Amino acid sequence: MQRRIRVLIGKPGLDGHDRGAKLVSRVLADVGVEVIYTGKFQTPEQIVGAAIQEDVDGIGLSVLSGSHMTMFKRVIDLLQEKKAEDIVVFGGGVIMPDDISKLEKIGVDKIFPPDTPTSKIVEYVKNMPSRKR
Amino acid sequence: MFDKKYLDRMRVEKERWEKTVLKDKFAQTKEMKDTFRTGSQIEINRLYSPLDLEEVGFDYLNDLSWPGEYPFVRGIDPLMYRAAPWVMMQYSGFASAVETNKRFKYMLSQGATSFAIALDLPTHKALDSDDPLAEGEVGKTGVPIDSLQSLEKLFEGIPLNSVSMFICVAMSTGPIILALFLALAEKTGIDPKRFGLILTNEALMEFACRGTQFTTPEGHFRLSADVVEYCAKHFPNFSPLQICGYHAREAGCTAIQELAFPLANSIAYAKEMERRGLSIDDYAGSFTWLFSASLDLFEEVSKFRAFRKIWATITKDRFGAKNPKTMQARIVFYSGGSNLTRQQPYINIARTTIQGLAAALGGIQIMHLSSYDEAYQTPTEESATIAVRIQQILGHETGITRTIDPLAGSYYVETLTKKIEKGVYEYLEKIESMGGAIKAIEQGFYQSEIAEQAYRYNKELETKERIKVGLNEFLTDQEVNVAPLKYDPDAEKKAIAAVKQLRKERDNGKVAQALEHFRSKLKGTENVIPSIIEAVKAHATVGEIGSVIRETYGKYEEEKVRF
Repeated sequence: MQRRIRVLIGKPGLDGHDRGAKLVSRVLADVGVEVIYTGKFQTPEQIVGAAIQEDVDGIGLSVLSGSHMTMFKRVIDLLQEKKAEDIVVFGGGVIMPDDISKLEKIGVDKIFPPDTPTSKIVEYVKNMPSRKR
Repeated sequence: MFDKKYLDRMRVEKERWEKTVLKDKFAQTKEMKDTFRTGSQIEINRLYSPLDLEEVGFDYLNDLSWPGEYPFVRGIDPLMYRAAPWVMMQYSGFASAVETNKRFKYMLSQGATSFAIALDLPTHKALDSDDPLAEGEVGKTGVPIDSLQSLEKLFEGIPLNSVSMFICVAMSTGPIILALFLALAEKTGIDPKRFGLILTNEALMEFACRGTQFTTPEGHFRLSADVVEYCAKHFPNFSPLQICGYHAREAGCTAIQELAFPLANSIAYAKEMERRGLSIDDYAGSFTWLFSASLDLFEEVSKFRAFRKIWATITKDRFGAKNPKTMQARIVFYSGGSNLTRQQPYINIARTTIQGLAAALGGIQIMHLSSYDEAYQTPTEESATIAVRIQQILGHETGITRTIDPLAGSYYVETLTKKIEKGVYEYLEKIESMGGAIKAIEQGFYQSEIAEQAYRYNKELETKERIKVGLNEFLTDQEVNVAPLKYDPDAEKKAIAAVKQLRKERDNGKVAQALEHFRSKLKGTENVIPSIIEAVKAHATVGEIGSVIRETYGKYEEEKVRF
């Protein structure tokens, strides 16, 4: 039987705005995705560690404080270091279009800016490539 | 309030209308929805009349009275905007103390008399710029303050008494910011009674939303209460507590919850002060409140009016206030950015205009409007200026300032005002039955209520039960072109270098001694503010003081949740 899609929703850094992270977690769970939400104030190391431990297909990061360039890059680097680069990284937050293309260049699969309908995120996660295992 | 016979006649007349004109209309068409509700889920009737006022028990003299008089529904000032419009503020963040200093000097030269200081996240969380956890966050949401030295740079060439009011948004680091201002005043030889300081300093709500907390609810509550007590005793010119509904609203809660949660928190503070032997008149006269507003115009106007009545009633009846100033709710309004859309950002100018109108009709004291580009970034100079111009148009061109509380007496607004009041009291009772605000927060009650409303709101958008222009209806493919704000790319490096340098230059023995003294006070029950002042004077950093607090009360940490 095919495994359900499993994602980790992470809040890296000091940003405490978790409306989006909690909402996306719940909406994804509504359609049968297994969701593990890390809670706020996680370091990229904690997030990557949890993602590997939970054997997730993807990591969704939520950053609204302006520190997205640092946080996404650290998570991507750590995944490479741990040979887990097949875990897809996506995310959302207050991120300018210029930065979105920069993030995509360093290996972030998809950024959902504010006011993205949650149905679009659901569609994306449902079609996410499952990890080879 | 109404003549009984007249109301009976009205009832007969209304029934006649329903059976004739209305019935005929329904034969041809139907209404858009079966039930109409406000954002707070209050069911709204087809129309309102004196019959509704009778039903909710509206009584002019008891419910409204006159402006500047208990229960202050019509306004806390007898003249309100006829004397002067509300205070129009502009909020902007800069990445370093030096840049912010330049900006303040420019604002002073332009006649500004008050400054709002935005802090970066590491400062909010009591972490130094060189803390590993601060990486990528220094100078992003505001200015980094690491020590007395940072504050000296921030106000170099600006004597504290040349500014009438500093507003510093510091929910969880209120005690440290207070200590820094007092230490700077002493160092520059300025009497702290000669300037004003609004500290937000209300950390309980941080656990429910926004999240700048760095220790336990118990620890934060004690520290915030110490600030309130210390200011009441020594600096009554300062405003030691700004109680916020704003952040909960931004996180998704309803207008009724936006009033109820902070009120429950304020009751916790009032009980604590009572325990410490202070009367409410000793401290609450300087409190301010921070609220947001959605575009639900009439509910928002009613919300501000209802709030003034509830606060007046609680302070007077429950805590025995005698001074009218204690009973007056001074409301700071900040239009909520969550009501704006990233799509077609210029239409946000229309949205903030309506939010500002709701606040002005609701009789607030200080207004900040969001910039139209808030879904993208911290406002640019241009977008921040437009936000102020909207306020000036509302204040000077619309004529809404001509008469006090212009919507009073509206059958609809008065009914809503009463219903919101009732809804808030129901929530307060519920929180009280859980053991009060701290217990309710520890049990995650505010958090789950807020998340539930955010979820419901999203569902309404997805099903189009709620229309949001540009978001789920009336879409365009228009490319957005928002001018990016320029950050100083080296701000973080500079702040790190400065704090490292400071640690080399200061008398580290003296710092360690001051921190140990603070630790011992923190373990006891005495007010800790004097020991924080001593520590910052010895150039202990914000992060070092924060560490002592974390070590004493425990570090705030969240756990994984499975959905």
